[in-house]
Amino acid sequence: MDKEITFIIKRCKDPNATSYWEEFKVPYFSKMNVVSALMEIQKNPVNARGEVTTPVAWDCNCLEEVCGACTMLINGKVRQSCSALIDKLEQPIRLAPLTKFPLVRDLVVDRQVMFANLSKVSAWIEIDGTHDMGPGPKIPQKVQELAYELSKCMTCGSCMEACPNVNSNSKFIGPAAIAQVDLINSHPTGALQKEKRLLALMGEGGIADCGNAQNCEKVCPKEIPLTRSIAKLNRATTLQGIFGWLGK
Amino acid sequence: MGSPFFWRKVHSLSGLLPIGIFLCVHLFINSLALKGEIAFNQGVSLLHSVPYLWVLELLIIFIPLIFHALYGIWVVYLTRNNVLTYSYFRNWLFYLQRVTALITLVFVVWHVYVLRFANGIFGNEISFTFVSQALSHPLVTVLYVVGLLATFAHFANGLWSLLISWGITIGARAQRSAAYVCLGVFVILMIVGMNALRVFI
Repeated sequence: MDKEITFIIKRCKDPNATSYWEEFKVPYFSKMNVVSALMEIQKNPVNARGEVTTPVAWDCNCLEEVCGACTMLINGKVRQSCSALIDKLEQPIRLAPLTKFPLVRDLVVDRQVMFANLSKVSAWIEIDGTHDMGPGPKIPQKVQELAYELSKCMTCGSCMEACPNVNSNSKFIGPAAIAQVDLINSHPTGALQKEKRLLALMGEGGIADCGNAQNCEKVCPKEIPLTRSIAKLNRATTLQGIFGWLGK
Repeated sequence: MGSPFFWRKVHSLSGLLPIGIFLCVHLFINSLALKGEIAFNQGVSLLHSVPYLWVLELLIIFIPLIFHALYGIWVVYLTRNNVLTYSYFRNWLFYLQRVTALITLVFVVWHVYVLRFANGIFGNEISFTFVSQALSHPLVTVLYVVGLLATFAHFANGLWSLLISWGITIGARAQRSAAYVCLGVFVILMIVGMNALRVFI
């Protein structure tokens, strides 16, 4: 089969360079995805005009939509390139890097802010001292089920990319970190530092910057109930704000 | 206190208390016009005879309105809309919330200038005849219809958003039910508002 797939890829040598679009023709094979097409370009970095060019740089790791590394704009919308099957995409296929994160090169961006935000809200369960404190507390089945949904987050940044309130004008922390506060606060041991996380969400660029556009939940590849977590923490932070102040 | 979190919450609340409630009361009083010219004029003079009127106007209307508008402009500035890429229903309403905010702002400034300050500054008595003359021009009527619809949509959708921002509606189903209630609020305001406007033109 001699079928060819056309790709139009947004290229940029480094963060200071000007970006441009470059077209590629990639030989088709059955069940290929965007990552395997990018591998073909890497093997044979020749653009559609037959000129030898630099291979397109991109990030990928797990290849099964659980790591988030290969997140990019495919035909304008945010998604993972490993789970983007060529057979299901409209052609020509346009690839571009995420716009809400600093560009590194071509389709590679630096998603460090996602992890910095998790650290801002202490999205972890603090372990106790060196001595044995016995078995941990029991967690009700219902809480476990909700926690499982939230734990599927792979910090891919899709929610940040689609959120109109995450941009260079705003300092909004974004939906992912808020849902992780919901996850950790729902754990009995994690809940010991509940107040600290709520106060972090009440800081500048915190949860109150959410404008309820609810794109995050629509684009989340792991179907995490992000808007539920946001509303839940809206309640928790509001109560924290009122009773915290009254208790001073 | 004084944090962005606090001011966001004040902004959200001020849209309902007192501005939204004032909007409803305002439309209700306008509806006196349905009972005739005399009833409307009596209602207006009763309102204008309220003690500490200027304090009430300042605290319940002007300060909240100016704060809501100025902080709102800042909120609009913080947004980069993407309805063409992510054309979801809620994203459109989020965008329209900002569009109607700006239309409402222009409309309210114009409305207050012509129909409130005309009384205080230019010495015109607010009466059925005065309002009727001010609104009778076809262009003014059209702009009023646009301004009123934008105001009602902004209030109704803002109410939906407030219920989430204050953590009242949490689940998807509760939020959907709230959306129907807010749609109802919009329809009621539209009927009452348009019905009152109709009498003056």
